[in-house]
Amino acid sequence: MSESKPRLIREDGLRVDGRKPEDLRPIRMEIEVLKNANGSALVEYGGTKVIAAVYGPREATPKAVQLPDRAVLRVRYHMAPFSTSEHKSPAPTRREIELSKVIREALEAVVFTDQFPRASIDVFIEVLQADGGTRTAGLTAASLALADAGIPMRDLVAGVAVGKVDGVIVLDINELEDEFGEADMPLGYAAGVGEIVLLQLNGVLTPEEFKKAVELGRRGAERIYAQMKETLHKKYLAILES
Amino acid sequence: MSITPQREPVMPKLRAENIIKMLKKGERVDNRGLHDYRSISVSIGIIGKAEGSALVKLGGTQVIAGVKAELGSPYEDRPNEGVLQVHAEFVPLASPSFEPGPPNEEAIEVARIIDRSLREPRAIELSKLIVQPGRLAWVIYDDVYVIDHDGNILDAGMIASMIALAVTKLPKLDISSEGVKINRDVKETPLPLNTLVTTITMGVLGDILVVDPSLEEESVLDTFISISVDEKGRIVGLQKRGLKSITPKTLDSAVEIALKKGDQVLSFIRKVISSPQEYMKW
Repeated sequence: MSESKPRLIREDGLRVDGRKPEDLRPIRMEIEVLKNANGSALVEYGGTKVIAAVYGPREATPKAVQLPDRAVLRVRYHMAPFSTSEHKSPAPTRREIELSKVIREALEAVVFTDQFPRASIDVFIEVLQADGGTRTAGLTAASLALADAGIPMRDLVAGVAVGKVDGVIVLDINELEDEFGEADMPLGYAAGVGEIVLLQLNGVLTPEEFKKAVELGRRGAERIYAQMKETLHKKYLAILES
Repeated sequence: MSITPQREPVMPKLRAENIIKMLKKGERVDNRGLHDYRSISVSIGIIGKAEGSALVKLGGTQVIAGVKAELGSPYEDRPNEGVLQVHAEFVPLASPSFEPGPPNEEAIEVARIIDRSLREPRAIELSKLIVQPGRLAWVIYDDVYVIDHDGNILDAGMIASMIALAVTKLPKLDISSEGVKINRDVKETPLPLNTLVTTITMGVLGDILVVDPSLEEESVLDTFISISVDEKGRIVGLQKRGLKSITPKTLDSAVEIALKKGDQVLSFIRKVISSPQEYMKW
């Protein structure tokens, strides 16, 4: 890594990877990618590759973590040692502990946990390759895996990171834009009910820029949400047709 | 792994329902308005051995921030900057629900929010804390120590950190042919500050926003939003916490409230650090 900041918005107004400020990277989604898990999903945002698996509802162990009136959600966001340019120790970092919490809280807002008292619903997110927006791609994958596992939910949630690079508010930032940009704002959005389930800001924005960033993030999340629905529809249509 | 926690403290249902009912009418059990902070009191310099320290009482919550300065290596990718590290300890003497052991996810989250809120607006000018580029730099440790928990640890910790950093005096460096040594008998240079920062935490109950929730209120409100603001009226950090969602409309009101309350809290911090001798008692 060097300290000199590369130019993030080119002379023609496009971004380092040729996107317009409001463009998403190519997004790939697949569900039912693992045999053992009750639900699973693979999600790619450009170079970011994330896999999520859901186990449960199953008996929560140890008993001390059980809640009498609802299921507990257990979420682990974890980065593979080979997912970054330099080797990452597999031990959980402070960052991974915090992100596991914010992703869990995002899912708490949509999962009908009160239908499974004393049970646990476990969500494991593994970042296989990190190229910016790993927590938001992880949230999208987790939501798809929960749907694939047949867990009842109020809505699906789509994640996307909005950033500010060279003074411009841009959608779905990549690693370079995250590293050298002025702000990174991960957003989790339940687009069907129009509610924000995850929101963080790491950076500096004026109130006007912040408003614009939330708007852009919601519009982006709506597009990801549509693709999530289509991915799930395709699976069930295939079952219906067979 | 992050697990849904038990709701703490356990509260009689009647009390919980009453708190909610009152909030919906715009009232609070401790007679505050929805957007009022509890009273804030500050004692600075209470830890003489620290380079800077502050005890902040926010209602019944008490937090000490202690700043220590050491010499160390700069980060490899930032060879021309000093280092800032923020840690938070929720020690068991502060609450029946705190356990001994390494920081849990709550403590880590609080420390990381304070860290980002200071780092992103460059509240401390780290480039002025380099001693030998690429080799030797000041490493500033801000340790947030919760000693009594009555809700809203984050804002108390942020205010304590900001004040402790603002009153910090770096020790003198004795530079000789044998190397660089810290001389803690002489503390003279204040940390180079660009702006003051604070966070404004609000509980979310549908479209009602409850500023500076107490512990009782925290246990009935499931959702919180913390917005960090600086002296230029910018948003320098934000975190939504808790079990439920927030609508875009409520988010807009939260930003508005944070900017307004932020102004007030920042002028309080300014007042404290401009006349420190008045706050040097505990």
